[in-house]
Amino acid sequence: MTHKKLLLGVEAIGQGAIDGGISGVYAYPGTPSTEITEYIQENEVAIERNLHRQWSANEKTAMEAALGMSYAGKRTLVCMKHVGLNVAADVFMNIAVTGINGGMVIAVADDPSMHSSQNEQDSRYYGRFAMIPVLEPSDQQEAYDLTLAGLELSEKNGVPVMIRITTRLAHSRSGVLLMEKARMENPISLPSDPMQFVLLPANARRRYQNLLNQQDRFLELSEQSVFNKFEDGADRSLGIVCCGIAVNYFRENYPGVSPYPWVKISQYPLPENLLKQLESQVDEILVLEEGYPLVEEQLRGFFQRGKKILGRLDGTLPRAGELNPDLVASALHLEKPVGQELQSTLVNRPPALCKGCGHHDTYRALNEVMEEHGKGKVFSDIGCYTLGALPPYSSIYSCVDMGASVTMAKGAADAGLFPSVAVIGDSTFTHSGITGLLDAVNEQSNIVLIIGDNESISMTGGQDSSALGRIEAICEGVGVLPDHIHVLESLPKNHEILVGLLRQEIAYQGVSVIIPRRECIQKLARRKRN
Amino acid sequence: MKCDIVLAGVGGQGILSIATVLGLAAIENNLYLKQAETHGMSQRGGAVQSYLRLSDQPIHSDLIPSGEAQLILSVEPLESLRYLSFLSEEGYVITNTTPYVNIPDYPDVEGVLKTIASLPHQVAIDAEFVAKESGNAKSSNMVMLGAASPFIDLPLESLEAAIRSIFARKGEEMVAVNLKAFHAGRSFAEQTLNH
Repeated sequence: MTHKKLLLGVEAIGQGAIDGGISGVYAYPGTPSTEITEYIQENEVAIERNLHRQWSANEKTAMEAALGMSYAGKRTLVCMKHVGLNVAADVFMNIAVTGINGGMVIAVADDPSMHSSQNEQDSRYYGRFAMIPVLEPSDQQEAYDLTLAGLELSEKNGVPVMIRITTRLAHSRSGVLLMEKARMENPISLPSDPMQFVLLPANARRRYQNLLNQQDRFLELSEQSVFNKFEDGADRSLGIVCCGIAVNYFRENYPGVSPYPWVKISQYPLPENLLKQLESQVDEILVLEEGYPLVEEQLRGFFQRGKKILGRLDGTLPRAGELNPDLVASALHLEKPVGQELQSTLVNRPPALCKGCGHHDTYRALNEVMEEHGKGKVFSDIGCYTLGALPPYSSIYSCVDMGASVTMAKGAADAGLFPSVAVIGDSTFTHSGITGLLDAVNEQSNIVLIIGDNESISMTGGQDSSALGRIEAICEGVGVLPDHIHVLESLPKNHEILVGLLRQEIAYQGVSVIIPRRECIQKLARRKRN
Repeated sequence: MKCDIVLAGVGGQGILSIATVLGLAAIENNLYLKQAETHGMSQRGGAVQSYLRLSDQPIHSDLIPSGEAQLILSVEPLESLRYLSFLSEEGYVITNTTPYVNIPDYPDVEGVLKTIASLPHQVAIDAEFVAKESGNAKSSNMVMLGAASPFIDLPLESLEAAIRSIFARKGEEMVAVNLKAFHAGRSFAEQTLNH
C-alpha cells in the first residue's frame, strides 16, 4: 500500500529516513540541506517515536554522534551541505574504514552555481575518495526511494552510504509515493567485532583491506541497481550518459523517445558494464552531470584513446554552474525558442540585511571606528552578517570558511597588522570559532573579536543556535579575561557605547571580545506570529 | 493540459503562498506538478523566483526551458521583467504595479511601468490597492493569483478550495477576505482582457 505526498527533494529524504526506521537525524543547518532535518523535526511519526532530531554544533560533531548511534546498532541519517562535508571530512574518511553497524546514510546537498555557497565542490569526489557507494537521485521520488534503499544497502554491507543531491532537486516539490507505514527502529546491538571501530594501525590495515575487498561488491551492486539503466535509441552517432537530475534536462528535450541510446546513473561506483554497453554501440558520448566533470574525466581517461567524450571539459557544456534544459538542448544542437527579450538590462537586486536587523548597528559603529585605521582590517565569516561585505557598509574583507574570521585575524595580527578585527555570528562561533579563539588566547594575539549574537542561525531560517545563552561563559572558559568581554544590546541608541568599546578594545594589547546582542528580527516576527 | 509559470518577487514577499494554492489545486485535479523554489541567501530581500509546472503528462525538468512559460506572475513590477526570456511568444506577464524599493539604484517606476505596458501581452494591477478595497492590504498575493487565474486551466472551485485550506488556520474572516481579494483580482484581469 502506498499514498502520495507533495514533497521537496530534501523533504523526501527526511521522509525516506523516517520510513526506513532511523532512530535519529544529526545535522548542522546549511542551504540547500537544512529542510531534511526540519522536516523530521516536525514529522508526527518522528515526534511520536521521539527520534533524535536536535541540531548539532557542527557537521563533524553531527557525523560522529550519528556514528555512535550506528555503533549502538540503530539506523541513522546525517545531513549537511557540500562544504559541511569538509568540516566532517575527518570522521567521514575514517568511517569508510571502520564501517558501520546500524545503517547510516550521509545526505549531502551540493550547490552548483553557488546560489548560497562559497564554492561548488562536487561531493561525489568525496564518495569516491572514501570508496563508499554514492546514490544520486534524479527526482523527488528517487530521493525517497534511494534513502530507503541506502539504509538497507548500508546496513547489509556494513558501510556508510552517501546520498548526493543538488540545489534544484533539494528545493523543488513534486508528488512522491510513500510506504503506508514506517519500518520499525532497530533494537540496540553492539558490533560483533569488538575491534571494528579501533583504528590502531595494525587493525586499521585490516579494516582498510576489508574496504578494498568490498569494492568489487559495490561495483556489482551498481551493475544490478534498478536506479541505473540503459535505454536504446536508433541513432548511434551519439550516446548520452545522464547523472542524477541531468536525466530530466535530457528527457525534457526529448519528451517521447530519445533518438540516441542513453544511460542513467543514480548509483556509484560507475556501472562499468552498463557504460561499456553504451560505448560499444555509439560513435561519441555526451556526459550530462551536475557539478564537476567526474564521470567525464573517468570516461576520457588520461590519454583519451577511446571514443570522443563530450561534456564540460571540451566546452560542449560550461565548465562551471548548474545545468538546465537550455544548456542541454544546446549541447544536443537542438533549436529552441528564445523567449522574449528586454532592450535594456535590469539592475540587480542582491540580498541585503533585513530592515531593523542588529547587524546594521554593529556595522555602523565598526565603520565609524575603522575609518581611523583604514580599509582591509576586518575579517568575517559565514552568515547573514557576510552581507556586510556589500554596500552600503562594505565593512568586511573576508568570508572563507566557518570560523576563519577568528584565525585569520589572529594570523594577520601575528603578521603585524593593526588593528586586526574579526566579525563572526553566534552560531558560526560555536560551530568552528572556539578553537581559533583558544589559539589567540594562548598567544595573547592582539585581536578584537565581535560576536554578532542574534540568538539564532538566521541565514538558514532561524534555527536554534548552540551558542544560545553561553557565549560569555565560553569566551571566559577559553581564557579571555572577563574585563575584556563586553555585552551590549545592538540598538541604534547604543551606537556611542559600541563605538567607545571598539576604540577601547582596539587600544588594548591582547584578545578582546565584544558581543552586540539582539534577537534576529525574522525569528522574533515568527515567534510573535505563532 | 500543460502550464509553466514563473513566479517572481522579492525575498520576503511570500510568492510561495501563491505556489502553494496552485499546487493544492493541481493535486486535487490529479495533475503532475513540479515546483522549484528559491531558499537561502536570496530570501534576504534579493530577487527570488519559483518555477511552477503543471501538466496532465509526467514532467521531467524542475526548471522551465527558455521561451516556454505561459505566464510570468510577479508580485513586484521590476521583477516581472527579469524572467522574460522564459516567456513564450504568446505568454502573458501578470504583475503587481506597487514597487518594492530596497535597492539604492531602483529605476524610475514610471519607466518600469511603461516597459511593462509595452509588452505584447500583459496585465498590470495595483494589488495593494485592490487588496485594501477587499478588506486587507496583506492579501495582495491572492489578488495576484486571482489576476493570473483566467490564464491557468484549473477549475475555479479547486482554486477556491485551496485558498480556504491554506487560510483555514487563521479563521473564517481571513478565508473570506482572501477569497474576496482573489475574485477582485480575477475580475480585474477579465475586464482587462475584454478591453
